[in-house]
Amino acid sequence: MSEQITGAQSLVKSLESAGVEVMFGIPGGAILPAYDPIFDSKIRHILVRHEQGAGHAATGYAQVTGKVGVCIATSGPGATNLVTPLADAHMDSVPMVAITGQVPGPAIGTDAFQEADIRGVTMPVTKHNYLVTDPNEIPRAISEAFYIARSGRPGPVLVDIAKDALQKMTGFNYPKRPELRGYRPQIEPNDQAIRDAAALIAQSAKPVFYIGGGVIKANAASDLLKLAELVGAPVVTTLMARGAFPDSHRQHLGMPGMHGTVAAVTALQKSDLLITLGARFDDRVTGKLSTFAVNAKIIHADIDPAEIGKNRYADVPIIGDLGPTIRALIPAVAAEFKKKQPDYSIWWRQMDSLRSTYPLGYNEPEDGSLSPQYVIERIGAITGPDAVYVAGVGQHQMWASQFIKYEKPRTWLNSGGLGTMGYAVPAAMGAKVGAPDTPVWAIDGDGCFQMTNQELVTCSLNNIPIKVAIINNESLGMVRQWQSLFYQGRYSNTDLHSKRIPDFAKLAEAMGCVGLRCESKGDVDKIIKEANAINDAPVVVDFNVHRDAMVWPMVAAGTSNDDIMIARELAPDWDSQEL
Amino acid sequence: MAQHTLSVLVENSPGVLARVAGLFSRRGYNIDSLAVGPTEDPKVSRMTIVLNLEGHALDQVSAQLFKLVNVIGIQEMKDSDTRQRELAFVKIAAERGKLEPLLAGYQAEIVEEKSGTSIVQVVANNKDLVALLKRLESLGIKELVQSGAIAIELGSQTLVEQTALETGLASSDTQSQLEDYQN
Repeated sequence: MSEQITGAQSLVKSLESAGVEVMFGIPGGAILPAYDPIFDSKIRHILVRHEQGAGHAATGYAQVTGKVGVCIATSGPGATNLVTPLADAHMDSVPMVAITGQVPGPAIGTDAFQEADIRGVTMPVTKHNYLVTDPNEIPRAISEAFYIARSGRPGPVLVDIAKDALQKMTGFNYPKRPELRGYRPQIEPNDQAIRDAAALIAQSAKPVFYIGGGVIKANAASDLLKLAELVGAPVVTTLMARGAFPDSHRQHLGMPGMHGTVAAVTALQKSDLLITLGARFDDRVTGKLSTFAVNAKIIHADIDPAEIGKNRYADVPIIGDLGPTIRALIPAVAAEFKKKQPDYSIWWRQMDSLRSTYPLGYNEPEDGSLSPQYVIERIGAITGPDAVYVAGVGQHQMWASQFIKYEKPRTWLNSGGLGTMGYAVPAAMGAKVGAPDTPVWAIDGDGCFQMTNQELVTCSLNNIPIKVAIINNESLGMVRQWQSLFYQGRYSNTDLHSKRIPDFAKLAEAMGCVGLRCESKGDVDKIIKEANAINDAPVVVDFNVHRDAMVWPMVAAGTSNDDIMIARELAPDWDSQEL
Repeated sequence: MAQHTLSVLVENSPGVLARVAGLFSRRGYNIDSLAVGPTEDPKVSRMTIVLNLEGHALDQVSAQLFKLVNVIGIQEMKDSDTRQRELAFVKIAAERGKLEPLLAGYQAEIVEEKSGTSIVQVVANNKDLVALLKRLESLGIKELVQSGAIAIELGSQTLVEQTALETGLASSDTQSQLEDYQN
């Protein structure tokens, strides 16, 4: 019989065995037994100020490092506060393990104090979850949770542990190799599918690489570069894939979708073959689905078989990890090209024309006030492509995707699928913990910032010197943009008055950060450099920007990508384009 | 819309029914019936799910179901190579003499007759059951209890064996993949 330890000690030993270096959390009654051995563990525990912050921090850490992010909370409200980050991680396929305390086994189901059925609550927003009431089951549950979270299509796994299971004595036996009869992700792609895909690529005249976040998850960016250069076709990277392919690369047309470039959106629309790698035909990319890329055949490579054919029929489905998949495609395509080298010169002439006619751009406000796009563009230009940029959700997120140039994977973090306002500050905190020597800029909105800024206290106290740019247009900007466009400018409840209250610089100072303010174009570079020079404290810069700036181009929700607008009531001049 | 029957092998773990039911509800799939019970393997339960779907949706339903960690295997049960049966009890305000002619030709028996009310037990496939219930309607059905369908594949092979073959459960590279994902 192995040495007897408490369930709580078993939990901490299991987390150590899983390779956990850091976790974000808050103690409380039901999880309290676990916090005693955490006190002695080599695992760094970062005490956050709200469980939502713990969850997004775990996501930020995971997105930057590729490791599993870990958060921990108590039962009831502690656990329910994790629901938003779990749903966020689920939508964006982030490997995460959440540990929650549960009321003691005999009390489960009695509506006990701080009881919530968190396993039931999180079933639809986790990849898998556990309720553990037997201390002997703790190592197995933790081992499986980490394996499930990181393998296949990554995702969040919640392990809910009853308090008495943490208190009881148990042996410790951490299974190195979890046995899961019903979970066997396919890693290697099917050979025939690879050959079929290569043949389709060789036959097509207008192929486009439609690249999704899966390429980053699979650490396949360098493989993609080789394949893309071999094929020579245009590349578009979705919101979740920014950085998977260098923005500076000649073949890159930018981001497709609702706020994508004209060239990227049109490339998909006019293509005869979408080489889809780790993307999921999300409505924000396809626009009205029935009008999306109607002449294109589809190669769809994904590790999740349920993505194949979910929104769009795949002519050639390839199920497997994108690393092996792309590495198998390279020789297969090369063999096809030996028979016949394709000629995409007409296709490129069309795309180059669109790219040069409709570059991303913006107008400076006429009243001399600060342009939000300019601020974001300068942060990216001055800080460079080695830094990590973390956006909230809204206009600033789209501008950060458009106007910062990404060259490397894992340098752009955002909440793509769920669209979680409040993501930026805690996710940037987690990112900085994962990459302590890398500058981390949160590009946040004044609305988003007011949802989760309390984690700046955590940053200040734990030496996590992130930088936060508040793109302060004193409104819920994206909602306001829709009100401008679709609700006759009736600005119902989108005015936040946040140039008056709160005073963000003072708020930052109160939380132990350096607080700065910038109101004019002439000060932008100087203040960004000042912020970049501070490495011993978090910095918050309140950029007071023009409130009527809009995100363009835009494909209005539910309309066709063919109806993309480059400015208000202004469509591209299709007649002048040879398409 | 077409009716399909799926046999789903699941790990006999707590919450698995909620996972399957939750998946169907949040993805908007309509279940006609669902029957769950133990199998020859105490660690495995088997669900028989009858549902109405359009076109390619069956592949999507199967893929989504298979994503559930507790789902071990899924097989569509086609009429041609499976046997399907439902069980029903019908409480009806009629005496044996009136009922018996209507039950002829069905695997149906009167299990109780009391004060002019009879309980009929029927074992039938869905089509026959629907037809019989229609015949009984004329007598006034007081209460109806139906089990949902269960189905088994014809022939000597079992669903467990088939699942193992199709998913390569026994293959050695699965093990090496597992190790790749360990810390």
